[in-house]
Amino acid sequence: MVRTVRSCDVVVVGGGIVGAMVAWFAAREGLRVVLVEPNAPGAGATATGMGHLVVMDDSDAQFALTQLSLDLWSELLPELDAGCEWTSSGTLWVARDDEEMGLVPAKATFYRERGVKADVLSAREVADAEPNLAPMAGGLRVPGDRVVYPTNVAARLIGLAQSRYGLQRLDGRVVALDGTATLEDGSRIEAGWIVNAAGANANDLSPGLPIKPRKGHLVITDRYPEFLRHQVVELGYLKSAHAMEQESVAFNAQPRATGQILLGSSRQFAGDRAIDRAMLARMVRRALEYLPGFARLSCLRTWVGLRAATPDKLPMIGPAAPGSRVLLATGHEGLGITTSTATGRLIADLIVGRASPIDPAPYLPHRFAEVAHG
Amino acid sequence: MVDALVVGAGPGGLAAAVALAECGLSVVVVDENPAPGGQIWRSSDGSVHHDARAWSGRARAAGVEFRQGCAVFDAPAVGDVRVVEGGSASRVRSRNVVLATGARELHLPFPGWTLPGVVGLGGLQALTKQGFPVRDRRVIVAGTGPLLLAVAAHVSAQGGRVVGVFEQASWHRVASFGLALAACPDKAFQGSALRLECADAPYRAGRWVVEAEGRERVERAIVTDGRRTESFPCDVLAVGYGLVPNGELARLLGCGLAADGSVPTDARCETVVPGVFAVGECAGVGGVDVALAEGTVAGLAIAGSPKLASAQRSRRKERGFARRLEVAFALRPELKKLPEAETIVCRCEDVRWRDLHVRSDWREAKLATRCGMGPCQGRVCGAALRFLAGYGPEDARPPLVPVPARCLAAFDTERAEGQE
Ligand SMILES: Cc1cc2nc3c(=O)[nH]c(=O)nc-3n(C[C@H](O)[C@H](O)[C@H](O)COP(=O)(O)OP(=O)(O)OC[C@H]3O[C@@H](n4cnc5c(N)ncnc54)[C@H](O)[C@@H]3O)c2cc1C
Ligand SMILES: Cc1cc2nc3c(=O)[nH]c(=O)nc-3n(C[C@H](O)[C@H](O)[C@H](O)COP(=O)(O)OP(=O)(O)OC[C@H]3O[C@@H](n4cnc5c(N)ncnc54)[C@H](O)[C@@H]3O)c2cc1C
Repeated sequence: MVRTVRSCDVVVVGGGIVGAMVAWFAAREGLRVVLVEPNAPGAGATATGMGHLVVMDDSDAQFALTQLSLDLWSELLPELDAGCEWTSSGTLWVARDDEEMGLVPAKATFYRERGVKADVLSAREVADAEPNLAPMAGGLRVPGDRVVYPTNVAARLIGLAQSRYGLQRLDGRVVALDGTATLEDGSRIEAGWIVNAAGANANDLSPGLPIKPRKGHLVITDRYPEFLRHQVVELGYLKSAHAMEQESVAFNAQPRATGQILLGSSRQFAGDRAIDRAMLARMVRRALEYLPGFARLSCLRTWVGLRAATPDKLPMIGPAAPGSRVLLATGHEGLGITTSTATGRLIADLIVGRASPIDPAPYLPHRFAEVAHG
Repeated sequence: MVDALVVGAGPGGLAAAVALAECGLSVVVVDENPAPGGQIWRSSDGSVHHDARAWSGRARAAGVEFRQGCAVFDAPAVGDVRVVEGGSASRVRSRNVVLATGARELHLPFPGWTLPGVVGLGGLQALTKQGFPVRDRRVIVAGTGPLLLAVAAHVSAQGGRVVGVFEQASWHRVASFGLALAACPDKAFQGSALRLECADAPYRAGRWVVEAEGRERVERAIVTDGRRTESFPCDVLAVGYGLVPNGELARLLGCGLAADGSVPTDARCETVVPGVFAVGECAGVGGVDVALAEGTVAGLAIAGSPKLASAQRSRRKERGFARRLEVAFALRPELKKLPEAETIVCRCEDVRWRDLHVRSDWREAKLATRCGMGPCQGRVCGAALRFLAGYGPEDARPPLVPVPARCLAAFDTERAEGQE
């Protein structure tokens, strides 16, 4: 039996938003890139995410990655078509009480000192900005945050990279990474670098990664243009995102380009995609505390997505082990749409041997090995 | 906790409710329409159809509780069916569930089908009952199945001028169905009576509408027999390609669906999920007599009545008839070529065929184009794409119908109760 063997500079395993960005940034460098994906682009976790592009301040490393990501997104916007549904509505972080409001000035200073525009809003200003909100103690507006429709971004960039930079797309599943990438039909691809961007499935090919699926629910409504103007998120969101307890919900509502409202978010460690009705109910009730008028909006559909969570909430970007030619680009938890751009950039920099705009160390996968051995 | 919850108050649901209640069981019927009757016994101008009145009267006399304007939106388990009524949610707890959710019409997209004046067959029937004027209008009725003649007869009875009835199935097939009718005397009578009522309308088999033309609204239908096309002036064009079972609730409860979208059942009309029964159109398109027979079977089976065996015999007879119907009016493959590149397939989200025919499955089509993501959630275009592109059905999940958000937040104690 003759088995096809191809060769190229980079194989990207997975065509979610992360794989698409890695392929885009690498192909733009003039590298010969092959992307392998068994399904349509962006049909995995990418198709379930909210598509909120957000600068996060929970740690310096998270901040650096998300800030670079938003800069890179701004450069990409001219490449996107109408199907990518991008809007620049900004984020409104809302404080329910004085205690939460007490955190706002420090948060604002943190953003501003690092060059991100952020406005402190009084109770009154929050009410003017979002008339449908229940009375809040105040809030913080980050106007540079954006929203996209992630699946079509992945499809669009893969298509552009094919036509413009000669990216090759293979329909298939990689079954083994051992110096080469082996596909399920037995064919092999030899490459200088292999990038594992298989999302929550990255473990199948690079066993032992500390990734756990973290399930989240979403609800989409019919069209209610003007019901919301910003993506509105409760200040307690970080608490929820970081709570390592089994289950949490936080208020997170987004106006889509279509006029629909997309509601999140819930977190629980589980790998199944069944609707957990009690969790869904808890999430909607949380939203009603902030947006009483949401109660009457007609909900069309609910779904579940799985985030690939790591123990320290940061993604794994870089060699699987020091010196390895297998690079990981996974573990993006609830921020992978946002941080896909910086991930693509860091991987491309590593391959061409160029310094990155930010320090890549906090995202290197072997940080977990060190912890384990240390 | 009631003995049985019947979902749907068409003939199937009404017959089930009557059988159950007359055996002494407690029954709740929920139905999203304002009055009982389902599709065929749909009430016109506020009054209830006489058959619907007779059956629902008998059911009420036996103690059945009717909840009209009440739709099932979720069903985590047989004993926990969640309904929305006037915008608020509540829960029906029952030992058995009878699904009598009926069917919807299959609409295949063709150039011009979104023009005003182009309607579905069932749509036209419902519209005329609500007072849509057809008097002296030129009406073309096209598509497939016995419903063509029923609608044509209804239109002429309302004073409309039926200028053409076009059946896509060949003469050969229609003729063999005619023979089958002869084997069921009561049905043969029904069929010929219908034909007499619109005797002046040309009934032509082996023909289908490929385009509706007109500026502001439909002015002509372009009809083909596969070789020649002809143009027929008209004011109203009604087209329907048969019925598709409403299987969403069944799927949510864990019943798989057969390839034709129907819910498989056994001789007791019970599905693979114990305590869940399916009757009438949702268990396989077959018409009102099948629905009545199956409703009775399910009701008697749940009640453990000795009359079950004779009800089962009449069900077998009716289902046999339904199978002949299915063979006679199978859709011809040429219909897969109906849509052109610019034809809109998903009307909720304005998605055109050119963006869809390149997709390999329903999920990809949805994700890339928003097809089926609108308020109807693919109820219309999903069925069309199953025929046109071979897409499989989607998994069912709550909410089955759009509901106000408060309904999704309504049940907070679920976990605790689940552990009882
Ligand atoms: C409810 C929810 C809300 C979210 N909201 C946001 C948000 O607002 N903002 C944000 O930034 N992030 C958000 N996220 C996170 C974001 O969706 C993910 O981090 C991101 O989509 C991950 O992308 P990915 O490409 O790594 O994974 P995926 O999209 O899952 O892509 C992995 C791909 O790899 C393919 N694959 C798997 N195995 C193989 C193999 N063996 N061979 C070949 N291919 C393979 C899969 O088919 C898949 O297409 C949210 C996530 C969830 C669940
Ligand atoms: C558009 C159309 C036109 C038809 N016209 C004719 C005709 O002229 N002549 C003829 O012989 N046959 C006709 N039929 C077929 C006829 O309706 C059926 O044969 C017969 O009504 C079968 O009864 P059933 O009980 O199975 O379903 P149906 O009569 O369809 O009753 C089902 C009922 O369940 C309700 N329902 C469905 N889902 C839910 C839910 N989740 N919650 C609450 N309620 C729900 C529906 O609203 C409906 O009232 C037509 C069918 C359709 C779809």
